Amino acid sequence: MASEHLQPAETFSPIFGRLTLDWIPIHEPILIGTFAGVALGGLLVFALMTYFRLWVPFWKNWVTTVDHKKIGIMYMVLAFVMMVRGFADALMMRGQQAMAAGGSEGWLPPHHYDQVFTAHGVIMIFFVAMAFVTGFMNYVMPLQIGARDVAFPFLNNFSFWMTVAGALLVNISLFVGEFARVGWLAFPPLSGANYSTGPGMDYYLWALQIAGVGTTLSGINMIATIVKMRAPGMKLMDMPIFTWTALITNVLIVAAFPVLTATLALLTLDRYMDFRFFTNDFGGNAMMYVNLIWIWGHPEVYILIIPCFGIISEIVSTFSRKPIFGYRTMVWATGCIMVLSFVVWLHHFFTMGSGADVNTFFGITTMIIAVPTGVKIFNWLFTMYKGRVRLEVPMLWTIGFLVTFTIGGMTGVMLAVPPVDFQLHNTLFLIAHFHNVIIGGVVFAVFAGVTYWWPKAFGFKLDEVWGKRAFWLWFVGFYVAFMPLYALGLMGVTRRMNMYPDAGWQPYFIVAAIGALLILAGILCNFMNFYVSIRDRKRLACGSDPWDARTLEWATQSPPAPYNFPEDVSVVGREAFWQMKKENYEFSTDYQPIHMPMGTASGVIISGLALIFGFAMVWYIWWLAIATFVAMLAVGIAHTFNYNRDYYIPADEVRQTEAKGALV
Amino acid sequence: MYRTRNLLLAAAGAVALSGCQYDVLSPAGWVGDQQRDLLIISVLLMLIVILPVLFMSVYFPLRYRADREDTSDYDPEFEHSNKLEAVVWGVPILIIVALGYYTYVYTHRLDPYRPLDHLEAGAPVEVQAVSLDWKWLFIYPEQGIASVNELVVPAGRPINFSLSSSTVMNTLSIPALGGMVYSMAGMETKLHLIADEEGVYPGRSAHYSGPGFAGMVFDTTATSDEEFDAWVEGIRAEAGPLTRETYLALEEPSMNEPVRHYGSVEDGLFGRIVEMCVEEDKVCMGHMMMVDQNGGGGLEGIGDAAAYSYDRGRTIDGFGNRIELPPLESHGSGHGTGHGTDHEALNDSEAPNGLAYVLAMDPNALCSPFGTQTEKEINGI
Repeated sequence: MASEHLQPAETFSPIFGRLTLDWIPIHEPILIGTFAGVALGGLLVFALMTYFRLWVPFWKNWVTTVDHKKIGIMYMVLAFVMMVRGFADALMMRGQQAMAAGGSEGWLPPHHYDQVFTAHGVIMIFFVAMAFVTGFMNYVMPLQIGARDVAFPFLNNFSFWMTVAGALLVNISLFVGEFARVGWLAFPPLSGANYSTGPGMDYYLWALQIAGVGTTLSGINMIATIVKMRAPGMKLMDMPIFTWTALITNVLIVAAFPVLTATLALLTLDRYMDFRFFTNDFGGNAMMYVNLIWIWGHPEVYILIIPCFGIISEIVSTFSRKPIFGYRTMVWATGCIMVLSFVVWLHHFFTMGSGADVNTFFGITTMIIAVPTGVKIFNWLFTMYKGRVRLEVPMLWTIGFLVTFTIGGMTGVMLAVPPVDFQLHNTLFLIAHFHNVIIGGVVFAVFAGVTYWWPKAFGFKLDEVWGKRAFWLWFVGFYVAFMPLYALGLMGVTRRMNMYPDAGWQPYFIVAAIGALLILAGILCNFMNFYVSIRDRKRLACGSDPWDARTLEWATQSPPAPYNFPEDVSVVGREAFWQMKKENYEFSTDYQPIHMPMGTASGVIISGLALIFGFAMVWYIWWLAIATFVAMLAVGIAHTFNYNRDYYIPADEVRQTEAKGALV
Repeated sequence: MYRTRNLLLAAAGAVALSGCQYDVLSPAGWVGDQQRDLLIISVLLMLIVILPVLFMSVYFPLRYRADREDTSDYDPEFEHSNKLEAVVWGVPILIIVALGYYTYVYTHRLDPYRPLDHLEAGAPVEVQAVSLDWKWLFIYPEQGIASVNELVVPAGRPINFSLSSSTVMNTLSIPALGGMVYSMAGMETKLHLIADEEGVYPGRSAHYSGPGFAGMVFDTTATSDEEFDAWVEGIRAEAGPLTRETYLALEEPSMNEPVRHYGSVEDGLFGRIVEMCVEEDKVCMGHMMMVDQNGGGGLEGIGDAAAYSYDRGRTIDGFGNRIELPPLESHGSGHGTGHGTDHEALNDSEAPNGLAYVLAMDPNALCSPFGTQTEKEINGI
């Protein structure tokens, strides 16, 4: 027997499926503590919301809203909440590896540690980074193109709540059952029916499938919005760079996510219905899964980083008081990256035995991506060149991005060279590399963007002192946490080890853990910043154009009224708002009634049913799965008979809103 | 090349002084050396562009800060320059061309499937490495011995690894000698390494494979030819045999296994491991492929599922313990694994696709896609 612990016996009852009390992890003190914390926090929020009578406004103004701005903000809230969860996992891993040297077992047994690193990866990619970039695209893009909302407002609400349903399913696995122990991409045969028994892997599958519906639909929605709803006069080559990156990202989403959906569906068939796509026996082939998942997985990392390129472009241009250098190059470079991102997937498994010709091909295509990416970095640099650079907080994050992302790019190209990858594959060098580009790229750009667009969303700036504290702690913390991992990678240290024999590695892991604590302090500063800024919002109030910005989203009030723009804006050329400021443009005061989409509860209801459906599928509660599935269809069909979908904001109300100006 | 080597040695020396074992930077074998050289070349090439970028990333925002004294060089219209565009596209392209060249050359030179006979080192040693739940089994077919979680090789002679796995994926990683390659069940992959110097080098699985993964570590000892022979002789003299039966016992999931040895190895065992037919009454994969080529077992063949089933008997729970599932029911062409229905049995056992017929074939003799054929020949089929 390999371990003295045993998984709860596989039983089945018609009512509860395979869910038994044994699956409630009451013997895990860490989980009990977490549960107590979550329950207490939940109760507190519940009590406060009840006390301040916030439930009805919350339901009417947020849950059922189809306003892209509110949905964007909710994506950001989701991302921040899940970041706390994902980061808690990171701290547990760093703690474990700082301890578990030379025979010590640390504090997490493999059964727990393996769930932690799987959850960390899944959460950080799908529910933090994805939610952040989707939130930005939701909030900023329609404003940048002068639209009232996205093309399909209800779909947008539905997409968001499906993402939440997926996130909730992952978190439910903490307290009911277990999560997968397979790594974030769940390679079979390990993730197959026989080597991942229990519900953990099924939580993974259903959480990602449910959230994936949201992501795909959101991608379609955004493309339609950008293609069809730009302000009159805004040609494609006049769009702000962020909108361009949003377009390209969503094309990637629509092209890549169906691959993920199909791949996970095949694995689901393997697990639930004894299919043999990826098994060892009966002609299955796990390498097919590895290919398929990376055909989605590589574009996915560009889905995360490309909108961040857009954020950085906007900020560099605004804070240098110059148009972006090489606009056309920027667009074409992003387009190149979009296409190339589909022909590099094999570099994730050079070591799986492909021949030298194949490896060379994929190695070189990967390096070629470095060219357009490098061009973008040069363009940002030359945007600053001969500019008037204001070193405010968004710009600090941007410089941190430029430095860190460049280093991450270099280590990425090292990994793209197949013989080098033979050595560094699956080592901590790889871990350091992708955190280098995801933290240094995505996260730094996200915080730059949050600081930059916060006044747009709320009418006051974030506090500068706390912002700088957060930046420096994150920046230094990142290097302290991940440079030791590069060093360990060069020693050949493998990822995902819950303990290791060589005590010589321990000092490096301890330094890395200290780095993680610095990042923790940075995260606390982020939240402190939100708190202080909301408290001092009167002091930080800033009007509608605090940064002297150049793109159209700043032409309207901050925060924008539900209808965004009081009238249709006509645009000539790039940097619409900059032009308007030069020409002293003012909106006409001849207000017309504005046609608006109406909120609906269908999205949250279907998503709630999807959550229950996912839970029922995980636990084999077939009657509930059938019932919720039918109910989802029923609500979806019923929604098509809802003719109460729009309303007009009367001209008088528009006039009053515009007269009042932005309120804090 | 020599210059890079010197730089490298200097770097490696500095690293060695720091007291840690940077296996990737100071490897002990030709393959690792080459991979390290390429790593250094790629870094140096990229630094041509990375260093100026890093410099400009910090210098430009400081040099052109808004509150500088003299803002006369502020040029709000500067948004395009053909010269600069040529540079920012051209220089990275040139670097990638150079790097692409090195990539092509080294990727072909260091193809893990390529034998190292061009090194003019000694005669190669064959090692068949099998990742089990959760330990490494090393079979030395020429010596007829096997060891668990211990790899001993003669220094200065190429090691020709054939890799496979009993259940899930792993990679065989010995960083001091060179790169890694995956081991997968039902497949055979290749890896060629060499230890130039005697020494003890840590090895492990570098692909997460379940709860016992962290314990899949082993020492690779590179010794002189004489010591290697003595090691082999010692094992032959003392250790028990590795038969199909003992292999199946060894294959049971276990963690943090101590080193153990086998003084003899049953003929064709590795082939049976790769073809997933070590157990009695399991059809070897090559035979399954032959049956499929002949049109498959048809509907009657469904009853033979048990003879083709592999994963089911190896089911584990989340803590790495074996879960015994009832075997698949066998009722088709009947031959002894299950309750055969007799009226079909006689006929089927004579048909080329009949289970009894297939099981009776010698896996090492006929149409085995592995072992006797090379990779290219298989692909050619």
